Amino acid sequence: MIEFSTQTKKKLEECLTHYPTRQAALLPTLWLAQEEFGTVTLEVMEYVAGLLDISPAHVYSVATFYTMFHLKPVGKYHLQVCRTLSCALMGGERILDHLKKRLGIEEGEVTPNGKFSLCAVECLASCGTAPAMMINEKYYENLDVQKVEKILDELK
Amino acid sequence: MALVLTNRVGLKDSHTLEVYKKTGGYASVEKLFAMEPGTVIEEVKSSGLRGRGGAGFSCGLKWSFVPQNIGKPVYLCVNADESEPGTFKDRLLLEEDPHQLIEGIVIACYAIRSTTAYIYIRGEFDLSYRRIEQAVKEAYQAGFLGKNIFGKKYDLNVTVHRGAGAYICGEETALLNSLEGKKGEPRIKPPFPAVAGLFGCPTIVNNVETLSALPFIINEGALAYRKWGTEKSPGTKLFSVSGHVVRPGTYEVPLGYPLKDLIYKDCGGIPDGKKLKAVIPGGSSVPVLTAEEAEKTFLDYESIAQYGSMLGSGGVMVMDEDVDMVWALRNLSRFYAHESCGQCTPCREGTGWVDKILQRVLNGGGTLEDLALLKEISDNMMGKTICVLADSIAMPVLSFIKKFPADFERYVRSHSAGGKMRILG
Repeated sequence: MIEFSTQTKKKLEECLTHYPTRQAALLPTLWLAQEEFGTVTLEVMEYVAGLLDISPAHVYSVATFYTMFHLKPVGKYHLQVCRTLSCALMGGERILDHLKKRLGIEEGEVTPNGKFSLCAVECLASCGTAPAMMINEKYYENLDVQKVEKILDELK
Repeated sequence: MALVLTNRVGLKDSHTLEVYKKTGGYASVEKLFAMEPGTVIEEVKSSGLRGRGGAGFSCGLKWSFVPQNIGKPVYLCVNADESEPGTFKDRLLLEEDPHQLIEGIVIACYAIRSTTAYIYIRGEFDLSYRRIEQAVKEAYQAGFLGKNIFGKKYDLNVTVHRGAGAYICGEETALLNSLEGKKGEPRIKPPFPAVAGLFGCPTIVNNVETLSALPFIINEGALAYRKWGTEKSPGTKLFSVSGHVVRPGTYEVPLGYPLKDLIYKDCGGIPDGKKLKAVIPGGSSVPVLTAEEAEKTFLDYESIAQYGSMLGSGGVMVMDEDVDMVWALRNLSRFYAHESCGQCTPCREGTGWVDKILQRVLNGGGTLEDLALLKEISDNMMGKTICVLADSIAMPVLSFIKKFPADFERYVRSHSAGGKMRILG
């Protein structure tokens, strides 16, 4: 049986004061859950549904609609490479190909040691500093293969 | 050039309350509270400020649709879900000048008599999120938000609400559903949000850039704002320039500014001495312009319309002579197929069909009939869905094929050598 820590429960209580309905706190609660449990599993969704007095089916429909909730485990470093036009014009495809080769994984996969996971994402609003990717929450911009190598080497 | 919106961009610690106040921030408030809410709406109407999220609708007019005294709260939702490919201007305003946005929120809320605002910010924007959260916190501590703000008999609460990755949530009614804890599916209009929006209450959804222009308009007056721009498109606008230019970035220019000057002067032209081939002037959803059209048009709502395109969100994507337009269009079709919310059949199926056909053409398996089919599908998507996501790929498809036929024919000619030639209608 999973449960939020006391600290997260406090955050949730505070969060609920901002909305006239409990359901409106669903995205913030899923964020808290992902922060605490790492992955938004079916068990997590059921727990969240209980907290907000909504159906697990509703939580499932929402958690699977948005791309940023991890329904299965990601690596310690989750690499999201932009594939949309402005990045593609500036060589974004080469960055993704290079990462696949270098890490030995395809999009949507995690390296066997759990250190890296890789996926292609749509426009990150980083078009003027293309090509771009995110590693966890951080943006890395104006990339080329050498820069990517350096970034990977620095990730412990 | 810094005119209205970007004066603090690049200043050290421009995102802090201290720097914001030192540089004239929150000065509009005294003037604001001396005005009646209705007068504020009139002032913003006279300024001619148009919504900068893409639709270009008059901001003051939108506000005036909010019914008063119906016993329900009125909400302001700030659309900070910037996701239109090629657009990165709101990110700049959120990161560099979050207090300017908060001052804009105070003005808008006062005008529409709202005491609650939500800032819906795209989930990926980590730095923007931290900056606006910090700024909201500072504003509460300073008494600029919360109870009796600025010592006046007026309460205003602002909540920052993070999205979680879905392009469609930038559509205003999808944004409202998302805020209510639902899937980001657009709603059928009417009723419009101004009448029945968030939690069924009157709601105004305004873009970050629109709200950020308000402190200037209240401080300096509508006429001062009209110093820039054209009669129908007054003021300044941010343009995010990306792709094949020497100096990509966000530029603030008066509306009516020549696109040619933006590309060749401000952005330093096309790198490596190459020629311009195409420009998408207003974010990926708008029809593409040829080089010739791009060099002739001006950046205001009316001038761009003359070339069959739109100013949209101001995301200018520049493509040089080496770009394969079939490849570029397929990149966009994949985006829309991925981002369709799936509610309406013409969009859910149409975006997927368009993407698969373009992929086939790109892989050398297309025929001339495929081009006719793309046109037919696009015609069946336009205007037949709840929101404009379907139109947002149909318009690129139709304009790319019409304006760059040689690129498409090169792919299909060899494959159609069996004599399947057909004139595209």
